[in-house]
Amino acid sequence: MSTRDWLLEDSPHSRLQANAGRAYRVFTALLRNPLSVLGGLIILILVLTALLAPWLAPYSATGQDLANRLAPPSGAHWMGTDELGRDIFSRVIWGSQITLTIVGLVALISAPLGLLLGAVAGYFGGWTDRVLMGITDIFLSMPKLILALAFVAALGPGINNAIIAIAITSWPAYARIARAETLTIRSSEFIAAVQMQGASPLRVIVGHVLPLCTSSMIIRVTLDMAGVILTAAGLGFIGLGAQPPLPEWGAMISRGRTFILDQWWVATMPGFAIIIVSLGFCFLGDGLRDVLDPKSEGK
Amino acid sequence: MSAIRLDNLSISYGDTTVVHGVTLDIAEGESFALVGESGSGKSTILRAIAGLAPEWTGTIELLGRARSHGVERAVAAQCQMVFQDPYGSLHPRKTIDATLSEPLAIHGIGNRDKRVEEVLTAVGLDRRFRFRFPHQLSGGQRQRVAIARALMLEPKVLLLDEPTSALDVSVQAEILNLLKRLRREQGLTYLVVTHNLPVVSFLCDRLAVMRHGRIVEVAAVDLLKREALVEPYSRELLAATEGRAGLLDGVA
Repeated sequence: MSTRDWLLEDSPHSRLQANAGRAYRVFTALLRNPLSVLGGLIILILVLTALLAPWLAPYSATGQDLANRLAPPSGAHWMGTDELGRDIFSRVIWGSQITLTIVGLVALISAPLGLLLGAVAGYFGGWTDRVLMGITDIFLSMPKLILALAFVAALGPGINNAIIAIAITSWPAYARIARAETLTIRSSEFIAAVQMQGASPLRVIVGHVLPLCTSSMIIRVTLDMAGVILTAAGLGFIGLGAQPPLPEWGAMISRGRTFILDQWWVATMPGFAIIIVSLGFCFLGDGLRDVLDPKSEGK
Repeated sequence: MSAIRLDNLSISYGDTTVVHGVTLDIAEGESFALVGESGSGKSTILRAIAGLAPEWTGTIELLGRARSHGVERAVAAQCQMVFQDPYGSLHPRKTIDATLSEPLAIHGIGNRDKRVEEVLTAVGLDRRFRFRFPHQLSGGQRQRVAIARALMLEPKVLLLDEPTSALDVSVQAEILNLLKRLRREQGLTYLVVTHNLPVVSFLCDRLAVMRHGRIVEVAAVDLLKREALVEPYSRELLAATEGRAGLLDGVA
């Protein structure tokens, strides 16, 4: 029996096979959508670039070569050099690590936090709901970038504080989604059935409610990643994010602003990187929505 | 000892009282039906006994012990419920195996593999269904899973909320036969809510007719079969379902 037959078998023989089969079906459905494949490829390339940066980058990200400053793109420097003679291509490659760290940590902090708060508020209702959603509303009522700015200003500039600030400003949206989903899920009969079996609220929320919220959460987080990258770049641009000489893409654009008319490549190259990676997350998110959305799934 | 005893039970949702002063006594091993039109409060009584409708006054006793208003673990092991809609009562992202193992995990019972296989056999499901997801099963198969889940903790009392009304006629007969066999084999007490009188005459020993949240008449099922119910409303209800009387002719 081939692996494919094993995965698609109608009557799985074990838990592992059942779950692997479901994952395989999601994966093949994703492959049928060309845009999501493209998005997935872009993200894959980003991850590989970040992992292999030391071997991929032809030059050091911080090594200066003042004799060769602001050189246009050429065979030796594919994306040209910046005002200190640093190779922009190498800096973009090293910068992928920073971007990936930001995206990953923000997702790791804000998605579970929002998910849990939203699910708790939606499941218990009443005062718990009012208090938690009140806090969420306060955070939601402030513009994301301004709030992140305030946090960074309070915590001090730097990449870690930028990550914390973005995470703090992005969880409320997830809490809202999780709450809305929980409200519809908690009145369903399969939840009543586990409640009747004597399950604790913790068990019901974590074991039965959250698994149903996660797919819409994964979609939303993926789509939001573009925004996170842009916010991080924005913070870098105004000098509150990554500090020099870190090759953060937003900070690189900011440095290139001075030469934007004569040496366009200094600001444009990291700009392309931001656009491509943001697009990749958007395409992948759209594809995931088509595949994971419970409503579009065969009942 | 009575399996379920309700004394002057009134149930409300917020400000509206749905059930008014219901008193009932259901013996152990009996199969009792609550019949009535939609909105008569029959399902609400079931939910209150199950602990899912906590706003009630009066007394609910299960196997001689008064139950509190919320969900209780001790009650869970004695009394389980089968819901009406087999499409809504199974978690869409959990395999049959996970759904059936969950009650055992909650109550810290070991030897789950064996128990799951036992119960699947008892409800007549092949073991190849064990690791499927609900959407890979038919309505009748799902209802068998729901019944299996209710049996996992070996309860004495089973609350059945219109267990067949969401199913095809032919599948209805299968499920009713299954319920009848399980009751005989495991000595279960049934409290069945239905608006389908043929189901009552097939599955139950006694019935209570409900209207507007009150019990109109309690009678043995013989009276229903002989069409000898006393109260005018019961006769009306019987006449209204007359057209469907031949429905379960094929059921042995």
